[in-house]
This record gives sequence, structure tokens and C-alpha cells, in this order.
Amino acid sequence: MNASASPAPAPAALDVEAVRRQFPGLRTRVHDKPLVYLDSAASAQKPQAVIDAEREVYERYYSNIHRGVHKLSVMATDAYEKARARVQRFLGAPEVREIILLRGATEAINLVAQTYGRKHVAAGDEVLITGLEHHSNIVPWQMLCEEKGAVLRVAPIDDAGVVDMGAFERLLGPKTRIVSLSHVSNALGTVNPVKRMTELAHAAGAVVMIDGAQAVPHTPVDVRKIGCDFYAFSGHKVYGPSGVGALYGRAEVLEAMPPWQGGGDMITTVTFEKSTWAEIPAKFEAGTPNIAGAIALGAALEWLEDVGLEAVAAHEDEMLRYGTDLLSAIPGLRLIGTAPRKAGILSFVLDDIHPHDIGTILDYEGVAIRTGHHCAQPVMDRYGVPATARASLACFNNREDLDVLARGIRKVQEMFK
Amino acid sequence: MEDLRELYQEVILDHSKRPRHFSEMPGASHQADGHNPLCGDRITVYLKVEGDVIEDVSFQGAGCSISTASASMMTDALRGKTVDEAKDLFDRFHRLVTSDPSHAAENAPAGSELGKLAVFSGVCEFPMRVKCASLSWHTMKAALEGEAGASTE
Repeated sequence: MNASASPAPAPAALDVEAVRRQFPGLRTRVHDKPLVYLDSAASAQKPQAVIDAEREVYERYYSNIHRGVHKLSVMATDAYEKARARVQRFLGAPEVREIILLRGATEAINLVAQTYGRKHVAAGDEVLITGLEHHSNIVPWQMLCEEKGAVLRVAPIDDAGVVDMGAFERLLGPKTRIVSLSHVSNALGTVNPVKRMTELAHAAGAVVMIDGAQAVPHTPVDVRKIGCDFYAFSGHKVYGPSGVGALYGRAEVLEAMPPWQGGGDMITTVTFEKSTWAEIPAKFEAGTPNIAGAIALGAALEWLEDVGLEAVAAHEDEMLRYGTDLLSAIPGLRLIGTAPRKAGILSFVLDDIHPHDIGTILDYEGVAIRTGHHCAQPVMDRYGVPATARASLACFNNREDLDVLARGIRKVQEMFK
Repeated sequence: MEDLRELYQEVILDHSKRPRHFSEMPGASHQADGHNPLCGDRITVYLKVEGDVIEDVSFQGAGCSISTASASMMTDALRGKTVDEAKDLFDRFHRLVTSDPSHAAENAPAGSELGKLAVFSGVCEFPMRVKCASLSWHTMKAALEGEAGASTE
């Protein structure tokens, strides 16, 4: 061994207090209590680096991109394209042109359904999803199937919230054109074995779309290792701004797809008789995008890589175990979603107390959680509940946050005794 | 905590735990389904109207404590009222729960006319919960007006 080569360092433990200091939003007080933010699965708070990056665009070099010859346009274009390259690196995508910057995961899934889907799905064909999906990974496929006379198939989940892999395999067949699945369930936190599922789908001849919105804040992602054809995520769940996100698509698949929205930036030439399309990724980026948002998304990914996703994942796993133990010890509390592999989500119901009442009372303790169906009504139906209360974790949550949550839940029970 | 006690008053907690007239009504003259898609609350309101008078009213469904208590207390309030009185009560209840909390003093007369329903005056401090309190009332109004359902979206 070469003495001068440094061995790969083990990921340093996360200094959660140092991380917390970087989130000005966490200093907010709610009903005169310190904010305990446990709603990052809905949308994460933003570190100062992201806020500064977005502000800097508007204060120092804001301009439209891909157009002007003037200095500011060059600077803005350069920063925007650096953000794209940051997304490429973050996802492990082979080429930068495989990254399309969009409004978020919802728009990305709709884009794939409306371009790849409309071209390749015909009457009688099938699209396969899982019982874990967010509405954004159900409705675009329903719309496509309705238009084409195709069939939407759903791989069921078991009581723990794990996709039944036997059923998943059986539902794959020669008619399956597209398999679209979440990497991590937003309602239950289940981590899907996306690599294995992608292999099975490819063996059946289908392309694979992965909704990574709930995965990328919690775990390192490498699209080459997964082998999927498409991977989407939203900026606002990964400490970036809302209204921006990204779609990775394999270059040869993207090149064969028709464009989606028509407009500026997505063309090479336009006459009244005919237009020709730009190369990828511009072909899918009509109109002026969320310029400052994309640049701030790049800053968010850079910030997260600096903190270290391995360290974040280890910290959140520990918080999830701690929170699971705390909540499991509360009589009358039932965790919804108990998969062996979970990320960041503690979804629960409590006695006969409606989640909205839980949410209102916890709010008075300064605790922000999500209550409702989490845009995953079929998941709620699966468990026979109209709604759940959901505490979700981010890199900045500590044990104290979960202690306050648990104490708050006991107060809720006290009130409804 | 004071606002919270204002919202979750004893009488509201009592009605939410032991809802009155919580049953299906065979032979109802009017009924409608209400749905709050935001929180998944579902309710069916049944009315038996003879002539112009609400002889009987009941409800079924699942919801949070505010929505259940509001439905339960509505059934108490509507029995024996005329259809016009019920619609008038709807308007006054709606004003009570949607009024600007900074004008609480002006709401007092409206509240006092509402009798026991005035306990819902705390709801206007909780904008996210107004739909919970008003779901049963919207559903009742839809039933009286011959509509199949109501949605508080």
C-alpha cells in the first residue's frame, strides 16, 4: 500500500447542532414555543447557503439564459448549466444532457407519460405501478391509459407496507410497456428495492421510471447502479426552492422521444410550415425556466454533498429508530408502515383521535407535522384509515424534536381522554 | 393554550365522543353526502321534512372531533325548525366560523342568537379547521336544496 495514499475515510458523524444553525427557519417560534419541524416530507426548510444563492442571482447577475450576448446573460447561463451539471453528478448520470430541469417530480412524470407514454403505449398495453404511489405517480398514468385504452396495473403492498414482489413479477408481462414506482414512499417511508425491480421490469421489456422525490434527501442515489431509464425528483424536498426539479433520462431514450411543450428554447428552426427540434435536453425545456430556482437547487445539492449524504443517511436512520421506539411505547398509537427498510417517515394513527385534531394540538406545542392522506389516498384505503398523522425527518432533526413530539402526543391523548 | 381550549371546549369534546342522532334514517325525505377531500372526512346527513318543518335529522360518517361535534350539535339545533329557519341558521353559523377573529366583539350578537352553537366561535381562530366545522352544515343545505352532495374544498 502506498503510504502517501489516504484511505477512503469513513463518513464522519453528522454534527446535527452545526447543521441546525444553518437553517434560519428553525429559529422561528410557533405559539411561543420553539419550532419543531417534522414536515420535511411535505417540504424541507432551507439552509442559508440556498437562500443566499437565490438572492445572489437577483442581486448580482440575473438575466435570461441561452439568449443574450451580454455579460449578465452569459453569467446566468453559466450558473444555470453548472446547476444542471451538479444534478448530473448528484444522480450519477453518465451525461449532462440527460438532465432535464423542470418544475418538479410531478412535471417530470407527466412529461414521460405524455411523450414516451403516448408514443409507445397502445390499446391493450399495460403500465405497472405499485400500491405505494403518490397521486403524482398514479394520475398521469391513468390519464395516459384512458386516452390509449391501456390498462393500469398495481402491484399490491402487504400489511407492513412492502411491495409484494411475487405479485410484482406476476404482473410484469409482454404487454407491460412502462413500470413507474417510487424509490421511497412518501406516506409510509418504505424503501423499494428499485434495482431489483428495474432488472425484473427490463427483463419483461418495459422501461422504468422512478419517482425519487422522497428518496434523494435521505440516501445517495446512483442511476447507473439502479439501471433505470428515468429518475425524477423535486428541489423543494431536498433543501432547494419549490418550483424546480429534475428528470434524468437515458440519452438514447430521450432522443427517441417526441418533444412535449412547444415554445422558445426547444427548437432549432421555426417557419410557419415546420419547426425542427433542439437536441436534448433543450428539446424538453420550452420557455424561460425557473432560473434562480435552478441555480439555488444546484446550491442545495452542493450543500448536501458537503454535509455528506452518507452521514445524513446514518443520522436519519438513528433518528428513525429513536422515534420508532418512542412512538411505539405510546399506548393506543399504531404506526402505519413498518417496512424493514424505511427512510424518514413516522406515519401513525392514535386511538380514535382524528389526525387533524392531533395536528392542531401538536401545533400548539410548536410541532409541525402533516395530517391527512398525504396525496396517497389508495395507501390510506389499503389500511382502512381516512388519514394519518405523519412526522417526517430531515438532516436537521435531533432527539429533542422527537421527545417534544412524543410529549405532545401524550397531551393530545390527555385532552381526548 | 387559551385558543386551543376555546376550540376544544368540553361541550365539543363531549359531542365528538358521544355524537347525538348518529344513525342512518330509513324513510328520510332528504339526504346528501358531504366530503372534505383535504382531510378525508365523509358525512351523510338525513332529514325528515313534513310540510315545512324538520321533524327529524340525523347523520353518519367519520371525521375529526370538530366536524363530528358540529354535525351532532347541528342535529340538536335543527329539530323542529322550519326549512327557512334552518337556512337562516346555516347563514349565521357560517358567519360565526368564518368571521375575522380580530372583530370578535362584533360577532357576539350573532353568537348569542346561535345558542349552544356559539361554542364554535373559537373555530375562526383556526382557518384550517373552518371546513371541518362547516361540512355538516353545507351537507344539510345541499340535502334541503335537493342536491346529492356537498364538498368543502
